[in-house]
Amino acid sequence: MKSAGATLAIARNTFTELVRQKVFFFLLIFALLIIGNSAFMAKFSFQEQFQMLKDISLGAMSVFTSLIAILATANFLPKDMEDRTIYTLLAKPVPRYRYLLGKLLGIITLLGCATLLMSALFLATLWLRENTVLAETRSQMAGGSTGELALAVKEVTDATFNINLLPGIAIIFIKSALLASLTLFISSFATSSIFTILMAAALYFIGHLQSTAREYWLSGVDVEWWSRLLAAAVALLFPDLQAFNLTDDIIAGTAVPLTLFLNTAGLGILYVAVYFTLAALVFSGREL
Amino acid sequence: MNRRKIAALGLLCVFGAALLPFQSMLQREAQAAHFQKTTLSINLRERIGQAGFLAALSGFRSPLAALLWIQAHTAWENTEWGRMAGLFETVTTLQPRSLPYWDMAAWHMAWNASIAALQNEKQASEALRIRAQRAYIQLGRDFLERGILNNPDRPQLHLQLGVLLRDKVEDHCAAAEEFLKASKYPDAPAYAARFAGYEMAKCPGREREAYDYLRKLYEEGEKQRLPSLINLLRQMENKLDIPASDRVLSEVPNSEH
Repeated sequence: MKSAGATLAIARNTFTELVRQKVFFFLLIFALLIIGNSAFMAKFSFQEQFQMLKDISLGAMSVFTSLIAILATANFLPKDMEDRTIYTLLAKPVPRYRYLLGKLLGIITLLGCATLLMSALFLATLWLRENTVLAETRSQMAGGSTGELALAVKEVTDATFNINLLPGIAIIFIKSALLASLTLFISSFATSSIFTILMAAALYFIGHLQSTAREYWLSGVDVEWWSRLLAAAVALLFPDLQAFNLTDDIIAGTAVPLTLFLNTAGLGILYVAVYFTLAALVFSGREL
Repeated sequence: MNRRKIAALGLLCVFGAALLPFQSMLQREAQAAHFQKTTLSINLRERIGQAGFLAALSGFRSPLAALLWIQAHTAWENTEWGRMAGLFETVTTLQPRSLPYWDMAAWHMAWNASIAALQNEKQASEALRIRAQRAYIQLGRDFLERGILNNPDRPQLHLQLGVLLRDKVEDHCAAAEEFLKASKYPDAPAYAARFAGYEMAKCPGREREAYDYLRKLYEEGEKQRLPSLINLLRQMENKLDIPASDRVLSEVPNSEH
């Protein structure tokens, strides 16, 4: 119980520290991006406008959460070592894995808040644009029949908010938590934050190719042995990040079946747990 | 490398191996639900450049498609039809499940580009202008047909193809088939079925079938009893010499529409 309290204290501290580092300033850029985008899009048809608003907002959400996950996680171990707070903390009866868990929870909380704030901004913009387009549609069709108006209104509402956007946003958050956990694992043996960031960025790209490597390896194509070995190594050692790319198709109107969402979320949580365990294992033997 | 790092690497391999069947199952499940079906080929790599291809590979297909769509819009403002067609090709490859992209690409090609080709003052030969017009209409049709292949679970592109076949190709039999296909989807608008009937009535040899079909629609109730349907039924009853006792519209007053 006492160590759970210590973990939460570390998590709270990590979160506060990141907030003080003005991490949330990126929200300003996000807001400018989506407001600017929606103002610029006025010359397009409403279907195109909503499509692009969703494309750019969810894409930006994914970029920002991934960047925060990698940069914030890569920075904390070298920083704690540099300003020696890690020695003060670990001198107390706080196991190393608790220290890492606290840090990870702090970063995941930050990612959760960032995702919530960006979602609120995005949904508010979408709602405002929807209302503007609906008002225009109603005034344009003032003389038409009720049936025609209902059809036109349905066309607008169908193109805007879609309940499937919510699981899509949840998957963006889970993917960022996975990246934070993966970066934590790298930083558990890395010697500098630059190395961690570069490795995490490389793994981000390789992770998106993992499914291709897996298919290549498992399909049993008759190729050189070293080529298959390489594909097997990628398939076994790297996370399948492509599995978390559901938003591209959600934006296009594809509905997410509940089992697919739960399985994808479950896979993400499993990755977070496994990378954290590996980080704790390596970090427990590290000379500080 | 110390023992803990070796153990971590070993555990990572074991975890990766244990996860393989689940990952493959998840991929199949996603593809069955129309997710992750986009094929990023070398051809696409040539069209969007290395940075674009990297972005597409990293899960940023949709923002990239949006940016290219804006470029296509600029090309439209400058009436660069060939460039537009190329950009539409790329956008629809990146986002094959996005209906507005297929729909708008087809509309720009079959309507705007085809008219521009027909009115092209730089081309003196009328035959060549007409040929270019037909080529753009065919391009629009091709976008819709490929869009349908990528979205077999949605009626909207069947409807748009029906409109294109009706208004641009003037192939009423083919248009009727497309509207009919659209009308069979549970979320199809009510007018899809009516449009199928209207086009069937213009298809040589299918007049009787069209009459029966429209009559069935009429009997569905008020929702389908629009002036155009009533007028067409009346015309067909006369044309097909339907006995007065069998006519469904004997007591319905003639409409102005």
